[in-house]
Amino acid sequence: MTELTASDPLPKPKRDIAPILLPVALALLTIPLVGSPSTWLTLTAASLAMGMMIFIMASGLTLVFGLMDVLNFGHGAFIAVGAYVATLVFAPFAASVQADSLWVNLAVLAPAALLSMAVSGALGLVVERVLILPVYGQHLKQILMTTGGLIVAEQTLYALWGPQIIPMPLPASLRGSFILGDVAIAKYRVLATLIGLAVFIAIQLVLNRTKLGLLIRAGVENREMVEALGYRIRRLFLGVFMTGSALAGLGGVMWALYREQVHASMSDELTVLIFVVVIIGGLGSIGGCFIGAILVAMVANYGGFLVPKLALVSNILLMVAILMWRPRGLYAVTSR
Amino acid sequence: MSDLLKLSGVHTHIGRYHILQGIDLAVPEGQVTMLLGRNGAGKTTTLRTIMGLWQASSGEITMSGERIESRATPDIARLGVGYVPESMAVFSDLTVKENLVLAARDAEMDDKQLEWIFGFFPALRRFWLSRAGSLSGGQKQMLSIARAIIEPRKLLLIDEPTKGLAPAIVGALIECLKEIKRKGATILLVEQNFFAARELGDTVLVMDNGTIVHRGAMAALAADVPLQERLLGLSLEAHQ
Repeated sequence: MTELTASDPLPKPKRDIAPILLPVALALLTIPLVGSPSTWLTLTAASLAMGMMIFIMASGLTLVFGLMDVLNFGHGAFIAVGAYVATLVFAPFAASVQADSLWVNLAVLAPAALLSMAVSGALGLVVERVLILPVYGQHLKQILMTTGGLIVAEQTLYALWGPQIIPMPLPASLRGSFILGDVAIAKYRVLATLIGLAVFIAIQLVLNRTKLGLLIRAGVENREMVEALGYRIRRLFLGVFMTGSALAGLGGVMWALYREQVHASMSDELTVLIFVVVIIGGLGSIGGCFIGAILVAMVANYGGFLVPKLALVSNILLMVAILMWRPRGLYAVTSR
Repeated sequence: MSDLLKLSGVHTHIGRYHILQGIDLAVPEGQVTMLLGRNGAGKTTTLRTIMGLWQASSGEITMSGERIESRATPDIARLGVGYVPESMAVFSDLTVKENLVLAARDAEMDDKQLEWIFGFFPALRRFWLSRAGSLSGGQKQMLSIARAIIEPRKLLLIDEPTKGLAPAIVGALIECLKEIKRKGATILLVEQNFFAARELGDTVLVMDNGTIVHRGAMAALAADVPLQERLLGLSLEAHQ
């Protein structure tokens, strides 16, 4: 192997834009297949909104995977808890939720989302201390503990709220669609997309512009070396775990509003999607997670429209295809 | 000269393997102590045990008279121990600058110290904002050492810095380590390259099968070819 000397010019680092182009290519490819431009635009908007919601739920999990090497199969519990907590705020303020004023609606929605994040984050603290801490570095036990935790959380929700599905209607001002020509884009999907983008930008700013972010990125890559530099990474673990749990709670509220219902096992359908996103994005990669979430949502929406029978397995097929192309995910961050 | 670091009867187990089998060693302050030995002798395990990355199963490790064998790695690092692992372990997703910002911990990077580092490793200045992952092996090693010395450290633990590097870069690294030594640093240096060891070492410890089998002056070992052959299975001439 030829070794560069200090005086040699460094090859310019290549920007890896292929994964970024993938959703764009997929979207363009489906234009002729879908046929109608308005249907295609509606499907694309739906994909973006769904992708952003999945991203919000999965972003915490990918950091937990990458930084802590923890397989948290109980991540879905934070989603369900977040959604249920929101119902506690929505129920007494049902009139405000149905008021025909965006500001009045947001005055309920925002505290509900914040409370859900706070409760999910606090639950994350308990889960990390009680379930995860004793099994760091032991993947099999992590799977058993967190799966057990998920079952306990679901059954607790059943015990507290009952087995029935709880309706969670969209606030009045978020119902309906924006009409652009013959294209209808649901208002809530626009809001979900904007929130998802805001979360993505906020995470990117923290990761790339702050020392805390440097520590997280360094920790995802090599925890041991971060400790050898004198940083107590366990505290960072806890902070990331709580943040990831809080984001899952936020995602739970958004998903519940999207589906307009809450039930204790709502996380079951999402857990598979979230794990697919985390795996195809590359463990620990927020950028990969973002693109992966959009891809999963696109495949679900375009695939569901074009080949409904394939909808059930479309995400697994997507994962197989991505891993055949890039076995460590779209953006490999960790060496695990 | 007092001993900055002392290990007494240190045993380390990794899983069911008994790697360190009662290590006794002392690292005098202001000196470069070479830790030599064949592959698998336990040199890297010794450094990792000192750093707290692997827990000693028994024995005492003291730094400036303070017991550290039960302390967590970050606490040991904050006592003033810099660690350069064999794998270099630069954060490849971070830039050169970001790697050094993290290494400076709570302090701002000292411009004078930075200029001093750039004097040895000009490539780091040139690639200041480049991702560390895109550096060559030699440049990564420079960054790894720079990270350990960006702040004054009481003790540097350096694991095979010349491993796999081109001769021209090995020469630059040796010069840098000599300069660090001249500034009075205390270094425990694991090295397979006997030429580098001879150039840098004041004292030498030779390990075999998890124990120290020889200790003495580096100059004495360098001058005693039969002893080198017996301890290390090499002759100095072969490395010249």
